Amino acid sequence: MKVITAVKRVVDYNVKVRVKADESGVDIGNVKMSMNPFDEIAVEAATRLKEVGKATEVIAVSCGLTQSQETLRTALAIGADRGVLVETDAELQPLAVAKLLKAVVEKEQPQLVILGKQAIDDDAGQTGQLLAALLDWPQATFASNVEINDGTATVTREVDGGLEVISLRLPAIVTTDLRLNEPRYVTLPSIMKAKKKPIEVVKPSDFGIDPSPRLKTLKVVEPPVRKAGVMVPDVATLVEKLKTEAKVI
Amino acid sequence: MTTLVIAEHNNAQIKSSTLHTIAAAKQLASGVHVLVAGSGAQPAAEAASKVEGVDKVILVDAPQFADGLAENVAAQVLALASSYSHIFFPATAAGKNTAPRVAAKLDASQISDVIAIESDDTFQRPVYAGNAIATVQSSDAVKVVTIRTTAFDAARAEGGSAAIETAPAVADSGLSTFIRREVATSDRPELTAARVVVSGGRGLGSKENFALLDPLAEKLGAAVGASRAAVDSGYAPNDWQVGQTGKIVAPELYIAVGISGAIQHLAGMKDSKVIVAVNKDADAPIFGVADYGLVGDLFEVLPALTQSL
Repeated sequence: MKVITAVKRVVDYNVKVRVKADESGVDIGNVKMSMNPFDEIAVEAATRLKEVGKATEVIAVSCGLTQSQETLRTALAIGADRGVLVETDAELQPLAVAKLLKAVVEKEQPQLVILGKQAIDDDAGQTGQLLAALLDWPQATFASNVEINDGTATVTREVDGGLEVISLRLPAIVTTDLRLNEPRYVTLPSIMKAKKKPIEVVKPSDFGIDPSPRLKTLKVVEPPVRKAGVMVPDVATLVEKLKTEAKVI
Repeated sequence: MTTLVIAEHNNAQIKSSTLHTIAAAKQLASGVHVLVAGSGAQPAAEAASKVEGVDKVILVDAPQFADGLAENVAAQVLALASSYSHIFFPATAAGKNTAPRVAAKLDASQISDVIAIESDDTFQRPVYAGNAIATVQSSDAVKVVTIRTTAFDAARAEGGSAAIETAPAVADSGLSTFIRREVATSDRPELTAARVVVSGGRGLGSKENFALLDPLAEKLGAAVGASRAAVDSGYAPNDWQVGQTGKIVAPELYIAVGISGAIQHLAGMKDSKVIVAVNKDADAPIFGVADYGLVGDLFEVLPALTQSL
C-alpha cells in the first residue's frame, strides 16, 4: 500500500517571531525555517511502516513556496521515496491545503495519509480532519500508536484524560501526536541519497483549485505582556504572600 | 441568527468546556441552541437545558453516538447545520477532532481556538504559540468556530429552562469503530477546569521524583500538569502536558516547579491569575511571567511548601 505524508515548512521551533510594525503579520524574513515537528513524526511513522513491510511506497507532499522543496528533501532523507510539491505563493489556509492534498490523494490513491496534528505557525489543527471529510474517509487524530492489519488501522489516540483506541477502515487519515515516535537523526549519507530522489512540482491550477485565502486577516498584534512579579527569598515568604497578597490559598 | 453549540458530555453530565462555549455563544446576541449527541444522554440534555442563556437543547440519542466518533458526530451536526449562522465547538480534544469535518463539508474556513469575539464575523485567535494574536474575518455563510475555553467565563449551570427537542439520528458511518478507552481515574480536578494547577518540568529529574508533586497537589486540591520536556522524558503522561500543543489552562493559581519556561509552555499557562515559579536557575524565563519567583532546590522547596500549607 502507498502512504502519503504531508509536510509543512514553518518557522523553526526555537525562533521567537516578532509582529510586524504595520500589524499585517509576523516577520518571517531571515528566520530559520524547518519542517513542522509533528510532520517529522508523520514522515517517521510512514517510513517505519515501509521498513516493516506494511507500506510499499512513501510519498511526501508539501504545499507552498518553491523553498518547500527543502522541507521535502528532509522528508526524503528521513525515508520517503519521492516528493510532490504543490507550488504556490498564495497565503495557504488549511481548507485550501486540504483541497490540494485531496487532489494529490485522488491521483496517487494511497491507503493511508499521515499528517501532523497541528502546524506550529498558524496553530489551526485542521488539515487532517478537513482532508478526511473531503474524501469521506475515517480519521484518527492525535495518534500515539498505529497498527495496520488486513485493511484496517488500529489507532491509539491521545484524548483529554487519557487514551482511546479506535479502528478505521482503510483508506484512512491519521494525524500524529508527540509520542507516536521519535524521528530519527538524519545522517549525511541519507541526505546525499535524498538529493537523488525525485520531486514532482505541480500547480494548484493543474487541479483546477483556487488556493486563495478565505479568512481575511485584519491585523496581527503582540499579545498583552505579563509583567514579571517579585522574587521571594524563602518558602515562608511565598506562603505569606499567597495568603495575604494574592489571596489564592 | 442562531448559534449551535456542540456539547461535550459523558451522557450523564455536560463537561465544563460546554459551559464556557455557551458563554462565548451568548456574546453574539443571538439565539443559543445546544446539541447533545449521545447514547442514553437524556441526563446530559437535561443538564444542558438548565444552563443560563440556552434557548433550546437538541437531543439526538442513538448507539452510534456513545463514544463521540468524529465521523458520526460531524454528520449529525451537518444534518442540522442549515438552520444556523454559527457552529461553536469547545477547543478540546473532542471539539478539535470533529469541527473541521463539519467545516470541510460546509466549505467554510474554520476559525480555531477563538479567544475573543469582536462581531458576528470577526474573531481573535492566537498564532505562533500565542506570540501573536490575529484578528480574522470570515465571509462564510456558516461560521465554524472552536472556542478556547479559558478565554470565556463559564455560563451558569443553573437558572435556565430550555425546552429539549429530539432530532432524528443520522446513520452510523461505518467508517470507524470505537474499541476502548483508557482514562486515568483520579480524585483530582480536571486539568483545564482546576482552580489550582501544580506543574512539573524536567527539573524533577525522574518519574519517581515527579510524584513529589502529589502531596502538594493533594493539599491544594490541585490538578497536576507537566511541561513538554517532562512528558518527552517520560516523567508524566501526555494528557498532563500544558502548552502550545497540549492543554491550555488558566487557573487561579499555577505553580511551576522545575520548569524553565519555554515559549511553548508559556503559551499554555500565561493567562493564569497568579503564577508561582520555583527553579534553581535564577535566569530561567519562567521568572519573567511569574508573580512570585523562588530560586532554590525544588527537592527542598517542595516538602517545605507542602508542610507549610
